Amino acid sequence: MFRSVFTDTLLRWVLQAGAVVSALVMAMIMLFLLSESWPVLQHLSLAQFLTDSSWHPLEGSYNLTPMLSGTLYASMGALLLAVPLGIASAIFIVYYASPRSALLYRRLIELLAGIPSVVFGFWGLTTLVPLVNQLHPPGASLLAGILVLTLMILPTIALMTYAALIAVPDEYIRSAAALGLSGWSMIRGVALPAARTGIVAGIVLAAGRALGETMAVLMVAGNVVQHADSLFDPIRTLAANIALEMAYAMGDHRAVLFVSGLMLMLLVMTLSGLAGWLGKKSYA
Amino acid sequence: MPEITFVRSRSILRDRLVQLLVYAAVLVVSGVFIWILADLVRGGVAHLSWNFFVDSPRDAGRAGGIGPILVSTALILLVALVVALPLAWATAVLLAEFVPATSKFGTIVRYSLQVLAGVPSIVFGLFGNAFFSIYLGLGFSILSGGLTLACMLLPILVSTAEAGLRAVPENYRMSAAALGMSRTATLLHLLLPAAAPALAAGLLLGIGRAVAETAALLFTSGYVERMPGSLLDSGRALALHIFDLSMNVPGGDAPAYASALVLVVLLLAINIVAMKLAYGLQRKRIMPA
Amino acid sequence: MNTHDIEEIQRSVEKQHTFTLGPLQTGPACCDPQPIVQVKNFSLHYDNKTALDKVTLDIYRGCITALIGPSGCGKTSFLSAINRLTDLIPNCKVVGHIQVDGVDIYQSACDVQVLRQQIGMVFQKPTPFPLSIRRNIELPLREHGVTKRAEVEAVSEQVLRDVGLWHEVHDRLDSAALSLSGGQQQRLCIARALALKPKILLMDEPCSALDPIASGVVEDLIVGLQGRYTIVIVTHNLAQARRIANYAAFFWVKERAGHLIEFGHCRDIFETPVHQLTAAYVSGARG
Repeated sequence: MFRSVFTDTLLRWVLQAGAVVSALVMAMIMLFLLSESWPVLQHLSLAQFLTDSSWHPLEGSYNLTPMLSGTLYASMGALLLAVPLGIASAIFIVYYASPRSALLYRRLIELLAGIPSVVFGFWGLTTLVPLVNQLHPPGASLLAGILVLTLMILPTIALMTYAALIAVPDEYIRSAAALGLSGWSMIRGVALPAARTGIVAGIVLAAGRALGETMAVLMVAGNVVQHADSLFDPIRTLAANIALEMAYAMGDHRAVLFVSGLMLMLLVMTLSGLAGWLGKKSYA
Repeated sequence: MPEITFVRSRSILRDRLVQLLVYAAVLVVSGVFIWILADLVRGGVAHLSWNFFVDSPRDAGRAGGIGPILVSTALILLVALVVALPLAWATAVLLAEFVPATSKFGTIVRYSLQVLAGVPSIVFGLFGNAFFSIYLGLGFSILSGGLTLACMLLPILVSTAEAGLRAVPENYRMSAAALGMSRTATLLHLLLPAAAPALAAGLLLGIGRAVAETAALLFTSGYVERMPGSLLDSGRALALHIFDLSMNVPGGDAPAYASALVLVVLLLAINIVAMKLAYGLQRKRIMPA
Repeated sequence: MNTHDIEEIQRSVEKQHTFTLGPLQTGPACCDPQPIVQVKNFSLHYDNKTALDKVTLDIYRGCITALIGPSGCGKTSFLSAINRLTDLIPNCKVVGHIQVDGVDIYQSACDVQVLRQQIGMVFQKPTPFPLSIRRNIELPLREHGVTKRAEVEAVSEQVLRDVGLWHEVHDRLDSAALSLSGGQQQRLCIARALALKPKILLMDEPCSALDPIASGVVEDLIVGLQGRYTIVIVTHNLAQARRIANYAAFFWVKERAGHLIEFGHCRDIFETPVHQLTAAYVSGARG
């Protein structure tokens, strides 16, 4: 019997070690991002990232605002399109579709979620960009970025909304129907409010995805460092900026890219933390 | 009670309108999905042949195939899984079986993994470059790329495995304990086999994630399209190949289409199997042996 | 299951001489009570809720002791305290002593796995593992060091015969245990516990999740085990307790905590109860 007590203890230690390593990964990422950004954080003030005259990293001016605005425009535009489409998709699955088409459409959404960002980017580049170009040159633009991002975050919103709607107790729906509420009044008045926290969590999560997405946007948005005046202007996002310039960045320039990575991560962490908190609340 | 009239016609009209909008949204989404797939098939299928899978790329990828790229992709994936699986499953077993749900240690580990799940892939790329490539001196190599991906896969592997273990009925643990079985034996003979479909589904999801990844590999595993000689060589992943062909190689569209088709078909297959496993699990919590 | 099968089962259960695994040294039967489990001032708390308050009770070797009382009076908690299954429940705290064969089981020197090998347990819901019938019995045996193939097979066959399951399953030992009917599953669980040659069997409402016919079969089986094993059984079915038990212990909830109200010969508890709560409960007036 000594033997099995011993193996139990040993197992426990092995598992514990594994868990500690897993937990340390996050700490390591923070540590390395901070240590790589440290040189510029020491001798540049944070305000410079907002007030420098332009983004000319080789000449020491590091204005990140065009990238910030590009990231925000693209993400907000994508949310504007993906939220109604995603919620409508979930409503279709739960309330309108026959069981068969509901399953089919749900599978389709799940498969859409599995398509890699580089393929979305490639498809955008070869199909969407020429189409946008016909509307208004140059084609590679904020609009193309928004459209591609919409496709990428739509499954998140649709699936989270679906999960939230499914969790709405049947009694609510039954009592609403018993009051003679019509289809849409039932959904709008009872189901959506009851599922609200779950839906909001999905939207917040999707927003995080959109902010952090790199490749798809990089491939279709044109990557010009500027504040966009119209949907047809090319833009560059924070993540795309890192991907484009890391290859040749040195010294301060490299450190500034790590700073922008740090900013991106803090932004996304805040959002995903918020989503996790909301998600927990909705099932409480 | 005041006289009120019930108006029915307006709500009928509105219901119709809403229904129309919902169907329109569904049509748009399905349409775009089919459009993407059709585009990829149309653009890529002509270029596919046995030689495409085994040949080396020539002329910056415009001609030749994707043989070495498939090998690099597989090696990167292998490194990632060999590192991530033991860590992730150990963590999941600890969280699900050994520490109470409310314990401080468990909360910290779970929270840190939850945060990790939200980190954008480009940030993993930055970290991998700084830590594995430069700090550990692994350079641009399959090893750096695989290790970076391993970090990225941890959250999804842990959460699926933990959920699978938690779905194993409590009475198995009780009966096993009542029979005087050690926790190690209970885990190995009962709990892990019972959770196997969930572990497999998580594994497939992880593979899908890893194969689809581009941004995290940009500055870790590098661009070199030659057949890798060792894990310390740079190797180009399939997703990165598509990116490079479409962005940096004029006239690279046809092989890019074909590569994208290969990648998407691979991922769809992986996801469908993973889904099947996950649904099977939901329907029938535990499979009779 | 058709009626022919049922008769067959009952016949095989009735053939009590087929038992060979019951330890011969189980001692004298109930005419000469000799305690095997001694519970002294035992209390059990979950967080700050008290499930059992200062229970003192002897359980006699070779007898069937029934624990009766309303839901939530701590019967099941008491049962799982005897094989320390309470260890698995977070925030569960025990005070007092339980001695099995004179050894305090809550001392740190006590090996829980050996303890649980000596004290078998059967749960309310049949809990076969999602393995084959054979593996269900083999797994705990191997865990306790019985690894020779011939030995394992002999023991498996013997315990399956003891519970009257052998002729039903001998030709499909490798099929899934979960494919058995509820009653068969429960008998498999009993066989699995018997395979470890326990001194004591703890049973937590072993019949209540079964249909009446399967329940009858299992009940007859329990009666057949009397004398060879010490059995402690929780039951809500008073008629059943009366039919099978030698001793009965009546638990009741007082001030939100489980108390042992009365313990004695089964017949005394049902016919001449000392305590008026007991009288009210067994006559069906309360509970």
